[in-house]
Amino acid sequence: MSPSVFSGFGYGGTCDLPPDSHDLALRCRDLSHRYPGNTADVLENVSLEVQPGERVALVGPNGAGKSTLLKLILGIERLDRGDIAVYGHPATHCLHRVAIVPQRSTVDWNFPVTVRQVVMMGRYVHLGWFKRPTKADHEAVDSAMETMEISDLAGRQVGELSGGQQQRVMLARTLAHDADLLLLDEPLNHVDFKTQELIFHTLEEVTIRENKAVIVSTHDLGVLTVHFNRAIFLDRKIIADGVPDEVLTPDTIAEAYGFEFHKDYHPWTS
Amino acid sequence: MDFLIEPLQYSFMIRGLLGGLIAATACATLSAFVVWRGMSFMGDALAHSVLPGIVVAYMLGISLLWGALGAAAFVVVGIGIISSRGKLKEDTAIGVVFTGFFALGILMLSRVATFSDLSHILFGNILGVTRQDLFLMAVVTITVVVVTFFSYKEIVTASFDPAHATAIGLSPSLVRYIVLTMLALTTVVAIQTVGVVLVLALLVTPGAAASLVSRRLRNIIGLSLILAAAATIFGFYGSYYLDLSSGPSIVLALTIEFLICSVIGWMKRHRRPPPSIRRSE
Repeated sequence: MSPSVFSGFGYGGTCDLPPDSHDLALRCRDLSHRYPGNTADVLENVSLEVQPGERVALVGPNGAGKSTLLKLILGIERLDRGDIAVYGHPATHCLHRVAIVPQRSTVDWNFPVTVRQVVMMGRYVHLGWFKRPTKADHEAVDSAMETMEISDLAGRQVGELSGGQQQRVMLARTLAHDADLLLLDEPLNHVDFKTQELIFHTLEEVTIRENKAVIVSTHDLGVLTVHFNRAIFLDRKIIADGVPDEVLTPDTIAEAYGFEFHKDYHPWTS
Repeated sequence: MDFLIEPLQYSFMIRGLLGGLIAATACATLSAFVVWRGMSFMGDALAHSVLPGIVVAYMLGISLLWGALGAAAFVVVGIGIISSRGKLKEDTAIGVVFTGFFALGILMLSRVATFSDLSHILFGNILGVTRQDLFLMAVVTITVVVVTFFSYKEIVTASFDPAHATAIGLSPSLVRYIVLTMLALTTVVAIQTVGVVLVLALLVTPGAAASLVSRRLRNIIGLSLILAAAATIFGFYGSYYLDLSSGPSIVLALTIEFLICSVIGWMKRHRRPPPSIRRSE
Protein backbone atom coordinates (compact mmCIF):
# COMPACT_ATOMS: atom_id res chain seq x y z
CA MET A 1 0.00 0.00 0.00
CA SER A 2 2.82 2.42 0.76
CA PRO A 3 4.70 3.86 -2.22
CA SER A 4 8.09 2.61 -1.12
CA VAL A 5 9.74 0.89 1.78
CA PHE A 6 12.34 3.61 1.86
CA SER A 7 9.96 6.54 2.00
CA GLY A 8 10.15 5.95 5.77
CA PHE A 9 13.56 7.58 5.88
CA GLY A 10 12.02 10.95 5.08
CA TYR A 11 9.92 10.87 8.21
CA GLY A 12 10.64 13.55 10.79
CA GLY A 13 12.62 15.80 8.48
CA THR A 14 11.93 19.51 8.74
CA CYS A 15 9.37 20.94 6.36
CA ASP A 16 11.45 23.42 4.39
CA LEU A 17 8.70 24.41 1.99
CA PRO A 18 7.71 27.99 2.77
CA PRO A 19 4.17 28.41 4.11
CA ASP A 20 2.47 30.58 1.53
CA SER A 21 -0.82 32.01 2.72
CA HIS A 22 -1.88 32.81 -0.83
CA ASP A 23 -1.79 29.20 -1.87
CA LEU A 24 -4.87 27.06 -1.98
CA ALA A 25 -5.11 24.56 0.86
CA LEU A 26 -5.82 21.85 -1.69
CA ARG A 27 -5.89 21.72 -5.46
CA CYS A 28 -6.77 18.51 -7.29
CA ARG A 29 -6.65 18.45 -11.08
CA ASP A 30 -8.17 15.71 -13.23
CA LEU A 31 -7.72 12.90 -10.72
CA SER A 32 -8.51 9.43 -11.92
CA HIS A 33 -7.81 6.29 -9.99
CA ARG A 34 -8.34 2.60 -10.53
CA TYR A 35 -7.50 -0.18 -8.06
CA PRO A 36 -5.41 -3.03 -9.50
CA GLY A 37 -7.61 -5.82 -10.83
CA ASN A 38 -10.71 -3.62 -11.18
CA THR A 39 -12.27 -2.83 -14.51
CA ALA A 40 -13.76 0.55 -13.59
CA ASP A 41 -12.23 3.70 -12.20
CA VAL A 42 -13.11 4.50 -8.61
CA LEU A 43 -12.51 8.19 -9.35
CA GLU A 44 -13.00 9.84 -12.74
CA ASN A 45 -11.66 13.29 -13.66
CA VAL A 46 -12.11 14.81 -10.23
CA SER A 47 -11.00 18.43 -9.98
CA LEU A 48 -11.51 20.58 -6.92
CA GLU A 49 -10.01 23.45 -4.99
CA VAL A 50 -10.26 24.12 -1.26
CA GLN A 51 -9.42 27.49 0.29
CA PRO A 52 -7.86 27.88 3.74
CA GLY A 53 -10.61 28.32 6.31
CA GLU A 54 -13.16 26.20 4.44
CA ARG A 55 -15.13 23.41 6.13
CA VAL A 56 -15.98 20.92 3.41
CA ALA A 57 -18.21 17.87 3.67
CA LEU A 58 -17.46 15.10 1.21
CA VAL A 59 -20.73 13.23 0.73
CA GLY A 60 -21.60 10.16 -1.25
CA PRO A 61 -22.69 6.52 -1.03
CA ASN A 62 -20.39 3.65 -0.06
CA GLY A 63 -17.86 2.97 -2.79
CA ALA A 64 -18.15 6.50 -4.15
CA GLY A 65 -14.42 7.04 -3.75
CA LYS A 66 -14.47 9.31 -0.69
CA SER A 67 -11.81 7.38 1.21
CA THR A 68 -9.77 6.90 -1.95
CA LEU A 69 -9.72 10.64 -2.55
CA LEU A 70 -8.48 11.28 1.00
CA LYS A 71 -5.83 8.55 0.66
CA LEU A 72 -4.66 10.03 -2.63
CA ILE A 73 -4.34 13.47 -1.07
CA LEU A 74 -2.15 12.00 1.68
CA GLY A 75 -0.12 9.85 -0.67
CA ILE A 76 -1.19 6.64 1.09
CA GLU A 77 -2.53 5.47 -2.26
CA ARG A 78 -0.44 6.09 -5.34
CA LEU A 79 -1.93 8.46 -7.90
CA ASP A 80 -2.69 7.06 -11.38
CA ARG A 81 -3.51 10.24 -13.28
CA GLY A 82 -3.87 13.91 -12.39
CA ASP A 83 -2.08 15.98 -9.85
CA ILE A 84 -2.59 17.06 -6.26
CA ALA A 85 -1.07 19.98 -4.42
CA VAL A 86 -1.43 20.75 -0.72
CA TYR A 87 -0.54 24.40 -0.12
CA GLY A 88 1.17 24.45 -3.47
CA HIS A 89 3.24 21.27 -3.07
CA PRO A 90 2.69 17.52 -3.36
CA ALA A 91 1.37 16.31 0.01
CA THR A 92 4.23 13.85 0.45
CA HIS A 93 6.64 16.80 0.38
CA CYS A 94 5.04 18.58 3.31
CA LEU A 95 3.57 15.99 5.65
CA HIS A 96 3.61 18.50 8.48
CA ARG A 97 0.76 20.40 6.88
CA VAL A 98 -1.76 17.62 6.35
CA ALA A 99 -3.19 15.17 8.92
CA ILE A 100 -5.84 12.47 8.84
CA VAL A 101 -8.32 10.87 11.21
CA PRO A 102 -8.49 7.48 9.51
CA GLN A 103 -11.50 5.21 9.33
CA ARG A 104 -11.98 3.25 12.54
CA SER A 105 -11.45 -0.09 10.84
CA THR A 106 -7.84 0.62 9.84
CA VAL A 107 -6.74 1.05 13.47
CA ASP A 108 -5.72 -1.86 15.70
CA TRP A 109 -7.68 -0.80 18.79
CA ASN A 110 -6.45 -3.80 20.81
CA PHE A 111 -2.81 -2.80 20.57
CA PRO A 112 -1.74 -1.76 24.09
CA VAL A 113 -1.23 2.01 23.96
CA THR A 114 -2.44 4.73 26.30
CA VAL A 115 -4.49 7.75 25.27
CA ARG A 116 -1.51 10.02 25.87
CA GLN A 117 0.76 7.87 23.70
CA VAL A 118 -1.74 8.01 20.83
CA VAL A 119 -2.08 11.79 21.01
CA MET A 120 1.72 12.06 21.14
CA MET A 121 1.86 10.16 17.81
CA GLY A 122 0.58 13.39 16.25
CA ARG A 123 3.88 15.03 17.25
CA TYR A 124 6.11 12.34 15.71
CA VAL A 125 5.91 14.04 12.31
CA HIS A 126 8.00 16.79 13.87
CA LEU A 127 10.38 14.39 15.65
CA GLY A 128 11.45 11.52 13.44
CA TRP A 129 13.80 8.66 14.28
CA PHE A 130 15.72 8.59 17.57
CA LYS A 131 14.26 11.84 18.90
CA ARG A 132 12.36 11.95 22.19
CA PRO A 133 9.42 14.33 22.71
CA THR A 134 10.45 17.73 24.06
CA LYS A 135 8.66 19.93 26.56
CA ALA A 136 6.94 21.74 23.69
CA ASP A 137 5.63 18.41 22.36
CA HIS A 138 4.22 17.50 25.79
CA GLU A 139 2.53 20.89 26.02
CA ALA A 140 0.96 20.48 22.58
CA VAL A 141 -0.36 17.07 23.66
CA ASP A 142 -1.76 18.47 26.92
CA SER A 143 -3.57 21.26 25.13
CA ALA A 144 -4.98 18.93 22.44
CA MET A 145 -6.32 16.57 25.13
CA GLU A 146 -7.85 19.50 26.98
CA THR A 147 -9.61 20.73 23.83
CA MET A 148 -11.10 17.28 23.24
CA GLU A 149 -11.97 16.93 26.97
CA ILE A 150 -10.00 13.71 27.44
CA SER A 151 -7.33 14.93 29.89
CA ASP A 152 -8.74 12.66 32.61
CA LEU A 153 -8.36 9.64 30.30
CA ALA A 154 -4.64 10.25 29.58
CA GLY A 155 -3.36 7.10 31.30
CA ARG A 156 -6.11 4.78 30.06
CA GLN A 157 -5.71 2.18 27.32
CA VAL A 158 -7.46 3.32 24.13
CA GLY A 159 -8.92 -0.16 23.69
CA GLU A 160 -10.96 0.28 26.89
CA LEU A 161 -12.70 3.46 25.76
CA SER A 162 -16.09 3.93 24.11
CA GLY A 163 -16.31 4.66 20.39
CA GLY A 164 -16.94 8.34 21.02
CA GLN A 165 -13.99 8.66 23.38
CA GLN A 166 -11.73 6.88 20.89
CA GLN A 167 -12.76 9.30 18.14
CA ARG A 168 -11.92 12.23 20.44
CA VAL A 169 -8.47 10.73 20.98
CA MET A 170 -7.96 10.55 17.22
CA LEU A 171 -9.02 14.16 16.72
CA ALA A 172 -6.76 15.23 19.62
CA ARG A 173 -3.88 13.50 17.83
CA THR A 174 -4.70 15.48 14.68
CA LEU A 175 -4.75 18.72 16.69
CA ALA A 176 -1.36 17.83 18.22
CA HIS A 177 -0.02 17.29 14.70
CA ASP A 178 -0.91 20.96 14.10
CA ALA A 179 -1.56 20.50 10.38
CA ASP A 180 -3.13 23.17 8.15
CA LEU A 181 -5.30 20.73 6.20
CA LEU A 182 -7.31 18.24 8.27
CA LEU A 183 -8.84 15.18 6.64
CA LEU A 184 -11.44 13.18 8.59
CA ASP A 185 -12.62 9.89 7.12
CA GLU A 186 -16.11 9.01 8.42
CA PRO A 187 -15.43 10.46 11.89
CA LEU A 188 -19.10 10.36 12.90
CA ASN A 189 -19.61 6.59 12.77
CA HIS A 190 -20.30 5.02 16.19
CA VAL A 191 -20.01 8.39 17.89
CA ASP A 192 -22.31 9.67 20.62
CA PHE A 193 -24.14 12.97 20.22
CA LYS A 194 -21.98 14.85 22.73
CA THR A 195 -18.78 13.83 20.95
CA GLN A 196 -20.28 14.75 17.59
CA GLU A 197 -21.04 18.24 18.86
CA LEU A 198 -17.53 18.53 20.32
CA ILE A 199 -15.97 17.45 17.00
CA PHE A 200 -17.98 20.03 15.04
CA HIS A 201 -17.28 22.75 17.56
CA THR A 202 -13.53 22.03 17.39
CA LEU A 203 -13.53 21.99 13.60
CA GLU A 204 -15.33 25.34 13.57
CA GLU A 205 -12.73 26.76 15.95
CA VAL A 206 -9.74 25.68 13.87
CA THR A 207 -11.23 26.87 10.59
CA ILE A 208 -12.45 30.24 11.86
CA ARG A 209 -9.68 31.11 14.32
CA GLU A 210 -6.65 29.47 12.75
CA ASN A 211 -7.74 29.55 9.09
CA LYS A 212 -7.12 25.82 8.66
CA ALA A 213 -8.98 23.83 6.02
CA VAL A 214 -11.08 20.79 6.93
CA ILE A 215 -12.47 18.01 4.74
CA VAL A 216 -14.84 15.53 6.36
CA SER A 217 -16.15 12.49 4.53
CA THR A 218 -19.57 11.40 5.72
CA HIS A 219 -22.76 9.76 4.56
CA ASP A 220 -24.82 11.56 7.17
CA LEU A 221 -26.75 14.20 5.21
CA GLY A 222 -28.39 15.63 8.34
CA VAL A 223 -25.27 17.39 9.59
CA LEU A 224 -24.42 19.18 6.35
CA THR A 225 -26.38 22.41 6.47
CA VAL A 226 -25.56 23.27 10.07
CA HIS A 227 -21.89 22.45 10.34
CA PHE A 228 -20.29 22.92 6.93
CA ASN A 229 -19.93 25.87 4.62
CA ARG A 230 -19.50 23.69 1.57
CA ALA A 231 -20.63 20.24 0.44
CA ILE A 232 -19.22 18.13 -2.37
CA PHE A 233 -21.35 15.25 -3.64
CA LEU A 234 -19.08 12.57 -4.93
CA ASP A 235 -19.96 9.41 -6.80
CA ARG A 236 -16.83 8.59 -8.80
CA LYS A 237 -17.07 12.09 -10.20
CA ILE A 238 -18.23 15.29 -8.63
CA ILE A 239 -22.02 15.51 -8.91
CA ALA A 240 -22.53 18.76 -7.08
CA ASP A 241 -20.35 21.26 -5.28
CA GLY A 242 -21.45 24.32 -3.35
CA VAL A 243 -23.23 25.70 -0.29
CA PRO A 244 -24.93 22.75 1.49
CA ASP A 245 -28.44 24.25 1.23
CA GLU A 246 -28.13 24.57 -2.53
CA VAL A 247 -26.38 21.28 -3.08
CA LEU A 248 -28.76 19.23 -0.98
CA THR A 249 -31.56 18.88 -3.54
CA PRO A 250 -33.68 15.82 -4.32
CA ASP A 251 -32.00 15.63 -7.72
CA THR A 252 -28.42 15.48 -6.48
CA ILE A 253 -29.34 13.01 -3.75
CA ALA A 254 -31.09 10.82 -6.28
CA GLU A 255 -28.09 10.98 -8.57
CA ALA A 256 -25.63 10.19 -5.80
CA TYR A 257 -27.59 7.51 -4.01
CA GLY A 258 -29.45 6.12 -7.02
CA PHE A 259 -33.02 6.36 -5.75
CA GLU A 260 -35.88 8.81 -5.98
CA PHE A 261 -36.01 11.07 -2.96
CA HIS A 262 -39.22 12.74 -1.86
CA LYS A 263 -39.62 14.62 1.36
CA ASP A 264 -43.07 13.18 2.03
CA TYR A 265 -42.36 9.62 0.94
CA HIS A 266 -42.53 7.21 3.85
CA PRO A 267 -41.78 3.63 2.82
CA TRP A 268 -43.18 2.23 6.07
CA THR A 269 -46.61 3.83 5.62
CA SER A 270 -47.22 3.29 1.94
CA MET B 1 22.78 -22.08 48.39
CA ASP B 2 25.03 -25.00 47.51
CA PHE B 3 22.16 -26.31 45.49
CA LEU B 4 22.30 -23.23 43.27
CA ILE B 5 26.07 -22.80 43.18
CA GLU B 6 27.12 -26.41 42.67
CA PRO B 7 26.38 -26.55 38.91
CA LEU B 8 28.28 -23.33 38.33
CA GLN B 9 31.71 -24.74 39.16
CA TYR B 10 31.98 -26.01 35.59
CA SER B 11 32.64 -23.40 32.92
CA PHE B 12 30.34 -25.12 30.39
CA MET B 13 27.54 -24.81 32.95
CA ILE B 14 28.14 -21.09 33.39
CA ARG B 15 28.15 -20.69 29.62
CA GLY B 16 24.86 -22.59 29.47
CA LEU B 17 23.18 -20.37 32.04
CA LEU B 18 24.49 -17.18 30.43
CA GLY B 19 23.46 -18.38 26.97
CA GLY B 20 19.99 -19.19 28.24
CA LEU B 21 19.57 -15.80 29.87
CA ILE B 22 20.81 -14.04 26.74
CA ALA B 23 18.30 -15.91 24.58
CA ALA B 24 15.54 -15.18 27.10
CA THR B 25 16.38 -11.46 26.93
CA ALA B 26 16.15 -11.33 23.14
CA CYS B 27 12.86 -13.26 23.08
CA ALA B 28 11.23 -11.32 25.90
CA THR B 29 12.16 -7.98 24.30
CA LEU B 30 10.18 -8.87 21.20
CA SER B 31 7.54 -11.05 22.80
CA ALA B 32 5.02 -8.25 23.39
CA PHE B 33 5.26 -7.18 19.74
CA VAL B 34 4.96 -10.77 18.52
CA VAL B 35 1.79 -11.17 20.60
CA TRP B 36 0.16 -7.82 19.79
CA ARG B 37 1.17 -7.57 16.14
CA GLY B 38 0.03 -11.15 15.64
CA MET B 39 3.38 -12.43 14.38
CA SER B 40 3.53 -15.76 16.19
CA PHE B 41 3.00 -17.79 13.04
CA MET B 42 5.77 -15.80 11.37
CA GLY B 43 8.11 -16.53 14.29
CA ASP B 44 7.37 -20.24 14.09
CA ALA B 45 7.89 -20.28 10.32
CA LEU B 46 11.21 -18.46 10.69
CA ALA B 47 12.47 -20.87 13.33
CA HIS B 48 11.61 -23.90 11.25
CA SER B 49 12.89 -22.61 7.95
CA VAL B 50 16.43 -21.83 9.17
CA LEU B 51 17.03 -25.55 9.72
CA PRO B 52 18.80 -26.18 6.37
CA GLY B 53 21.24 -23.37 7.25
CA ILE B 54 21.96 -24.97 10.61
CA VAL B 55 22.64 -28.32 8.96
CA VAL B 56 25.03 -26.75 6.46
CA ALA B 57 26.94 -25.12 9.33
CA TYR B 58 27.00 -28.49 11.13
CA MET B 59 28.48 -30.15 8.04
CA LEU B 60 31.10 -27.41 7.71
CA GLY B 61 31.93 -27.75 11.40
CA ILE B 62 31.38 -24.06 12.17
CA SER B 63 29.12 -22.56 14.83
CA LEU B 64 25.53 -23.49 14.06
CA LEU B 65 24.60 -19.87 14.72
CA TRP B 66 26.36 -18.75 11.55
CA GLY B 67 24.28 -21.17 9.50
CA ALA B 68 21.09 -20.05 11.20
CA LEU B 69 21.95 -16.37 10.68
CA GLY B 70 22.62 -16.88 6.97
CA ALA B 71 19.40 -18.81 6.50
CA ALA B 72 17.44 -16.21 8.47
CA ALA B 73 18.63 -13.39 6.18
CA PHE B 74 17.52 -15.46 3.21
CA VAL B 75 14.13 -16.15 4.80
CA VAL B 76 13.42 -12.51 5.68
CA VAL B 77 14.03 -11.47 2.07
CA GLY B 78 11.86 -14.40 0.95
CA ILE B 79 8.97 -13.30 3.18
CA GLY B 80 9.30 -9.78 1.78
CA ILE B 81 9.01 -11.06 -1.79
CA ILE B 82 6.09 -13.34 -0.96
CA SER B 83 4.11 -10.63 0.82
CA SER B 84 4.64 -8.01 -1.90
CA ARG B 85 4.13 -10.13 -5.03
CA GLY B 86 2.06 -13.12 -3.96
CA LYS B 87 -1.43 -13.88 -5.16
CA LEU B 88 -2.13 -16.08 -2.14
CA LYS B 89 -2.66 -14.73 1.36
CA GLU B 90 0.64 -14.19 3.10
CA ASP B 91 0.28 -16.82 5.82
CA THR B 92 -0.69 -19.46 3.26
CA ALA B 93 2.36 -18.75 1.12
CA ILE B 94 4.64 -18.75 4.16
CA GLY B 95 3.11 -22.00 5.39
CA VAL B 96 3.74 -23.70 2.06
CA VAL B 97 7.29 -22.47 1.50
CA PHE B 98 8.66 -22.86 4.97
CA THR B 99 7.33 -26.28 5.84
CA GLY B 100 9.22 -27.24 2.67
CA PHE B 101 12.43 -25.73 4.06
CA PHE B 102 11.91 -27.52 7.37
CA ALA B 103 11.39 -30.87 5.64
CA LEU B 104 14.52 -30.30 3.58
CA GLY B 105 16.45 -29.51 6.76
CA ILE B 106 15.23 -32.68 8.50
CA LEU B 107 16.21 -34.86 5.52
CA MET B 108 19.66 -33.24 5.31
CA LEU B 109 20.08 -33.66 9.05
CA SER B 110 19.12 -37.32 9.03
CA ARG B 111 21.89 -38.03 6.50
CA VAL B 112 24.70 -36.35 8.43
CA ALA B 113 23.86 -36.17 12.14
CA THR B 114 23.53 -38.67 14.96
CA PHE B 115 20.25 -38.98 16.81
CA SER B 116 21.58 -37.02 19.76
CA ASP B 117 22.67 -34.12 17.55
CA LEU B 118 19.29 -34.22 15.87
CA SER B 119 17.45 -33.92 19.14
CA HIS B 120 19.76 -31.11 20.30
CA ILE B 121 19.02 -29.09 17.18
CA LEU B 122 15.29 -29.73 17.29
CA PHE B 123 14.80 -29.38 21.05
CA GLY B 124 17.79 -27.35 22.19
CA ASN B 125 20.81 -28.05 24.37
CA ILE B 126 21.54 -25.34 26.87
CA LEU B 127 24.69 -27.12 28.04
CA GLY B 128 26.19 -27.26 24.55
CA VAL B 129 26.81 -23.48 24.30
CA THR B 130 30.44 -22.85 23.27
CA ARG B 131 32.50 -19.76 23.99
CA GLN B 132 32.09 -18.68 20.36
CA ASP B 133 28.31 -19.25 20.49
CA LEU B 134 28.09 -17.16 23.62
CA PHE B 135 29.90 -14.25 22.00
CA LEU B 136 27.70 -14.35 18.90
CA MET B 137 24.51 -14.68 20.95
CA ALA B 138 25.49 -11.66 23.02
CA VAL B 139 26.21 -9.52 19.96
CA VAL B 140 22.92 -10.48 18.30
CA THR B 141 20.90 -9.91 21.48
CA ILE B 142 22.46 -6.51 22.11
CA THR B 143 21.57 -5.59 18.52
CA VAL B 144 17.96 -6.68 19.04
CA VAL B 145 17.59 -4.77 22.31
CA VAL B 146 19.23 -1.58 21.00
CA VAL B 147 17.27 -1.52 17.73
CA THR B 148 13.99 -2.21 19.53
CA PHE B 149 14.72 0.51 22.07
CA PHE B 150 15.53 3.12 19.43
CA SER B 151 12.64 2.31 17.11
CA TYR B 152 10.13 1.74 19.92
CA LYS B 153 7.89 4.70 19.10
CA GLU B 154 7.96 3.89 15.39
CA ILE B 155 7.03 0.23 15.97
CA VAL B 156 4.19 1.23 18.30
CA THR B 157 2.86 3.86 15.87
CA ALA B 158 2.94 1.62 12.80
CA SER B 159 1.38 -1.28 14.74
CA PHE B 160 -1.46 0.78 16.18
CA ASP B 161 -2.33 2.89 13.14
CA PRO B 162 -0.54 2.17 9.84
CA ALA B 163 -2.56 4.85 8.01
CA HIS B 164 -1.33 7.53 10.41
CA ALA B 165 2.21 6.17 10.12
CA THR B 166 2.07 6.57 6.33
CA ALA B 167 0.55 10.02 6.71
CA ILE B 168 3.53 11.20 8.76
CA GLY B 169 6.01 9.66 6.31
CA LEU B 170 6.81 6.59 8.39
CA SER B 171 6.50 3.58 6.11
CA PRO B 172 4.71 0.66 7.82
CA SER B 173 6.53 -1.78 5.56
CA LEU B 174 9.89 -0.42 6.69
CA VAL B 175 8.81 -0.96 10.30
CA ARG B 176 7.63 -4.43 9.38
CA TYR B 177 11.03 -5.28 7.94
CA ILE B 178 12.74 -4.02 11.08
CA VAL B 179 10.52 -6.16 13.32
CA LEU B 180 10.89 -9.15 11.01
CA THR B 181 14.68 -8.88 11.02
CA MET B 182 14.76 -8.59 14.82
CA LEU B 183 12.44 -11.59 15.00
CA ALA B 184 14.73 -13.62 12.75
CA LEU B 185 17.81 -12.70 14.83
CA THR B 186 15.99 -13.59 18.05
CA THR B 187 14.85 -16.91 16.67
CA VAL B 188 18.41 -17.79 15.76
CA VAL B 189 19.65 -17.02 19.27
CA ALA B 190 16.87 -18.97 20.96
CA ILE B 191 17.33 -22.08 18.85
CA GLN B 192 20.48 -22.81 20.88
CA THR B 193 18.60 -23.16 24.16
CA VAL B 194 15.11 -24.35 23.24
CA GLY B 195 15.63 -25.73 19.75
CA VAL B 196 13.85 -25.18 16.45
CA VAL B 197 10.56 -26.74 17.46
CA LEU B 198 10.04 -24.94 20.76
CA VAL B 199 11.31 -21.43 19.88
CA LEU B 200 7.74 -20.28 19.40
CA ALA B 201 7.03 -20.80 23.12
CA LEU B 202 9.88 -18.50 24.16
CA LEU B 203 8.68 -15.89 21.63
CA VAL B 204 4.99 -15.98 22.52
CA THR B 205 4.42 -17.20 26.06
CA PRO B 206 6.27 -14.48 28.05
CA GLY B 207 4.40 -11.69 26.24
CA ALA B 208 1.08 -13.53 26.42
CA ALA B 209 1.44 -14.24 30.15
CA ALA B 210 2.51 -10.66 30.90
CA SER B 211 -0.42 -9.29 28.88
CA LEU B 212 -2.81 -11.09 31.22
CA VAL B 213 -1.43 -9.17 34.18
CA SER B 214 -0.79 -5.73 32.66
CA ARG B 215 -2.14 -3.74 29.73
CA ARG B 216 0.78 -1.31 29.49
CA LEU B 217 3.31 -2.14 26.81
CA ARG B 218 6.35 -1.16 28.87
CA ASN B 219 5.18 -3.25 31.82
CA ILE B 220 4.41 -6.16 29.52
CA ILE B 221 7.95 -6.07 28.12
CA GLY B 222 9.48 -5.75 31.60
CA LEU B 223 7.43 -8.62 33.01
CA SER B 224 8.20 -10.73 29.91
CA LEU B 225 11.91 -10.32 30.67
CA ILE B 226 11.43 -11.54 34.25
CA LEU B 227 9.22 -14.47 33.23
CA ALA B 228 11.54 -15.63 30.45
CA ALA B 229 14.61 -15.38 32.68
CA ALA B 230 12.90 -17.28 35.52
CA ALA B 231 11.80 -20.06 33.19
CA THR B 232 15.31 -20.32 31.75
CA ILE B 233 16.87 -20.64 35.21
CA PHE B 234 14.32 -23.31 36.08
CA GLY B 235 15.09 -25.20 32.86
CA PHE B 236 18.82 -24.90 33.51
CA TYR B 237 18.72 -26.45 37.00
CA GLY B 238 16.19 -29.01 35.81
CA SER B 239 18.57 -30.20 33.14
CA TYR B 240 21.46 -30.40 35.63
CA TYR B 241 19.79 -32.15 38.58
CA LEU B 242 17.06 -34.17 36.94
CA ASP B 243 18.83 -34.79 33.64
CA LEU B 244 15.86 -33.22 31.81
CA SER B 245 16.15 -31.88 28.30
CA SER B 246 16.64 -28.09 28.66
CA GLY B 247 14.25 -26.94 25.91
CA PRO B 248 11.12 -28.72 27.11
CA SER B 249 11.87 -27.81 30.77
CA ILE B 250 12.09 -24.11 29.87
CA VAL B 251 8.90 -24.28 27.83
CA LEU B 252 7.02 -26.15 30.54
CA ALA B 253 8.13 -23.59 33.12
CA LEU B 254 6.83 -20.83 30.81
CA THR B 255 3.50 -22.61 30.50
CA ILE B 256 3.20 -22.86 34.28
CA GLU B 257 4.00 -19.13 34.54
CA PHE B 258 1.28 -18.47 31.99
CA LEU B 259 -1.25 -20.37 34.11
CA ILE B 260 -0.21 -18.45 37.23
CA CYS B 261 -0.53 -15.14 35.34
CA SER B 262 -3.98 -16.05 34.07
CA VAL B 263 -5.12 -16.75 37.65
CA ILE B 264 -3.65 -13.40 38.79
CA GLY B 265 -5.32 -11.67 35.85
CA TRP B 266 -8.64 -13.29 36.68
CA MET B 267 -8.39 -12.20 40.31
CA LYS B 268 -7.48 -8.63 39.29
CA ARG B 269 -10.51 -8.43 37.03
CA HIS B 270 -12.92 -9.76 39.62
CA ARG B 271 -11.75 -7.74 42.60
CA ARG B 272 -13.14 -4.47 41.22
CA PRO B 273 -15.23 -3.65 38.18
CA PRO B 274 -13.07 -3.37 35.06
CA PRO B 275 -12.47 0.18 33.81
CA SER B 276 -14.38 -0.58 30.59
CA ILE B 277 -17.65 -0.61 32.54
CA ARG B 278 -17.00 2.75 34.17
CA ARG B 279 -17.53 4.81 31.07
CA SER B 280 -18.01 8.50 31.52
CA GLU B 281 -20.90 8.69 29.07
